[in-house]
Amino acid sequence: MFRSQFFGLIVLAVILVVLPFVLPNNFYLDLAIRMLINACIVLGLNLLIGFAGQISLGHAGFVGIGAYASAVLTTHYSWSPLGAMLAGALAAGVLAALVARPIFKLKGHYLAMATLGLGIIISIIVRNEAALTGGPDGMPVAALALFSFEISGEKQWYWVVSGILLFSLWASLNLIDSPFGRALRALHGSEVAAQVVGVDVAKYKLAIFVLSAVFASLMGSVTAHYVGFVTPNVADFFHSIELVTMVVIGGMASIYGSVIGAVLLTALPQALAGFEGWETVVFGSILMFCMIFMPKGLVPTLAAKFGRR
Amino acid sequence: MNGEWLPQFLQFLFSGITVGAAYALAALGFTLIYNASNVINFAQGEFIMLGGMLTVFFLQAGLPMPVAVLLAIFIPALVGILIEKLAIEPVKNAEVTTLIIITIGAALVIRGVVQIFLGKGTHSFPPFSSAEPIAIAGATLLPQSLWVLGVAALVVVALGWFFSRTLMGKAILATSYNRLAAQLVGINTSRVLFISYALSGALGAIGGILLTPITLTSYDVGIMLGLKGFVAAVVGGLGSGLGAVVGGLLVGILEAMGAGYISSAYKDAIPFALILLILFFMPRGLFGGKVTDRV
Repeated sequence: MFRSQFFGLIVLAVILVVLPFVLPNNFYLDLAIRMLINACIVLGLNLLIGFAGQISLGHAGFVGIGAYASAVLTTHYSWSPLGAMLAGALAAGVLAALVARPIFKLKGHYLAMATLGLGIIISIIVRNEAALTGGPDGMPVAALALFSFEISGEKQWYWVVSGILLFSLWASLNLIDSPFGRALRALHGSEVAAQVVGVDVAKYKLAIFVLSAVFASLMGSVTAHYVGFVTPNVADFFHSIELVTMVVIGGMASIYGSVIGAVLLTALPQALAGFEGWETVVFGSILMFCMIFMPKGLVPTLAAKFGRR
Repeated sequence: MNGEWLPQFLQFLFSGITVGAAYALAALGFTLIYNASNVINFAQGEFIMLGGMLTVFFLQAGLPMPVAVLLAIFIPALVGILIEKLAIEPVKNAEVTTLIIITIGAALVIRGVVQIFLGKGTHSFPPFSSAEPIAIAGATLLPQSLWVLGVAALVVVALGWFFSRTLMGKAILATSYNRLAAQLVGINTSRVLFISYALSGALGAIGGILLTPITLTSYDVGIMLGLKGFVAAVVGGLGSGLGAVVGGLLVGILEAMGAGYISSAYKDAIPFALILLILFFMPRGLFGGKVTDRV
C-alpha cells in the first residue's frame, strides 16, 4: 500500500507536467490553477475531517483570514507579500489554537454548530469593516512578489501551484504514516481507546486543527494574489460547505480523493453554465445524488468496487 | 431616567420577541427532525422561505388569504416528506457530514426552484389585521407582532398536547429516545419519520408566513433564518422542545438588543457569538441533559 500511494504521486506529477501542453488556452489553465489551489485546501481539511474525524463547517473563515491578511496588509500597510502571507497564517494558527480546546470538547452536531459560527463571524467581520476590506465589494490585491521575483501570468502560477500541491501531497502521505498520523486515525476510530493507549487526544486535535487552519490561510493568500482581487465570498458559509463537499465527494480519509473532489467540484459550475438559471438546482441535485449513492465518496467507492484498498 | 430608556428598551424587546418567536418555530422544526432521525436538516430555513414566498405567489394568483396560507403550509410539509422519502431514508446510517451535505443539497434545490419560478425580487403582503401600530409605554407594537406571538404560542401548546396526549406524539417521543426499542414495542418508526418531517416543514412555513409582513421575503432569506433557527435549537440543547422555544426567544431578543445598543451592522453575528460562548461553557446547551458516552 505504501508503495502504491507514492506511485500515485508520480502519476499525478506526470499529468501535471503534460497538462499545460494539452490545454487549448488560458481559460482552461486558469480553471486548472483554481482546481489545484482548492485541492491544497481540501487536502488540509481532509486531514481534519477524514483522518481525525472532526468536522469543520467554518473552514472558509481561515481561507478568508489569509486572503484578507494579504490584501489588507500589502495595500494599506505596505507590507511585503511574504510577510503579509505569514502574518495571516500566524493569525489563523493562533485563532485555531485558541478555540481548539473548548471547540473540540464538542462532538457531532455541536461541533458542526461551533465551527459554523466561527466561520460566519469571520465572514461578517470581513463584510462589515469596509474601511479596511472594501466591504461587500471586495478589494484589489497586488501581484505576488517574492524578494525581487514577481509571479505573473497563468503559466508561472500553474507551475508554482502544482509544486505546492505535489509537496503537500507528499507531506500528507508521510504525515499519515507517521506516529502522528496513526494517533489521528486512532482518535477517529475511538477517542477513549486512543486515550487508553496513551494518545493525548486534545493535543492531537489541536495540532491537526491548527495545521489545517494555517494551510487554509496560506492558500487563501495564494488565491488572493493569483486572482488579484478578494471579495467576502471567499470567507462565507457557502464556501465552507463547498470545501467540505469536496472532501466528502472525493472521499473522506483519501489523500487522492481530496484532489479528485476539488477537481470535480471546481469544474462543476463551469460545466453547469449552459443550464441558464438552473445551475443551483442541478448543483444541489448532484450533491444529493452523490451522497445518496456514494456516501463514502468517489475514490473509496471505486477502490472497493475494483477490489483495491 | 425612566422616561428615556424604557421606551427604547421596550421597542427592542418587542422586535426581538417577534423575530424570536419565528426562530423558535424553526428551532422546533430542527428539534423534531433531530429527534426522529438524528439529522440536522439544513433545509429548515428553506421551509421558512417557502411559507412566505408561496403565500405571496398564491395571493398574486388571486386566491383568498386563508386558502393561500393553507396551501403555503401544506406544500412545505409535502416537501419535507419528499426530502425524507427520497434523500434521508435511503442513507439512514450515513455519517453526520454526509447527511449535512444531503440536506444542504436539498436546500439548494428548493432555493433554485423558487428562484426560477418566482424570481429574485423581494416580496411582502399586507398584515393579517390593521397596520396601525399600538402605543405601549412610549414604544410601538405592530398588530402583526401579536399575530406572530399568538400563533406561535398556539402552535407550541398544540405541540405540547400532541406529544403528551396522543398516541402518535408518544410514538415520536419513544422513537427519539431509542429507535430500536420503539420498533420492538410495535411503533412504526418509518411513519414517525414521515410525520416528523411533515410537521417540521409546516412549522417552518408558519413562521415564514407570519414574519413576511414585517421582515419581507425573497428566495434567499432561508439561509440566515435557518442557521439562526439552528443556533436557537442548539442554545436550548438539541432535542429539547422547551429548549427550542427558550432558545428561539433568547436569540431573537439578544439579536435585537445587540442591534439596538451595540451595532446594527453586527446584528447577524450576535447569535453565532452567543452560541460559541454557550458551547464553550455548556457543551450541550442550556437544557441539554448530561450524556455519558457508552464505550
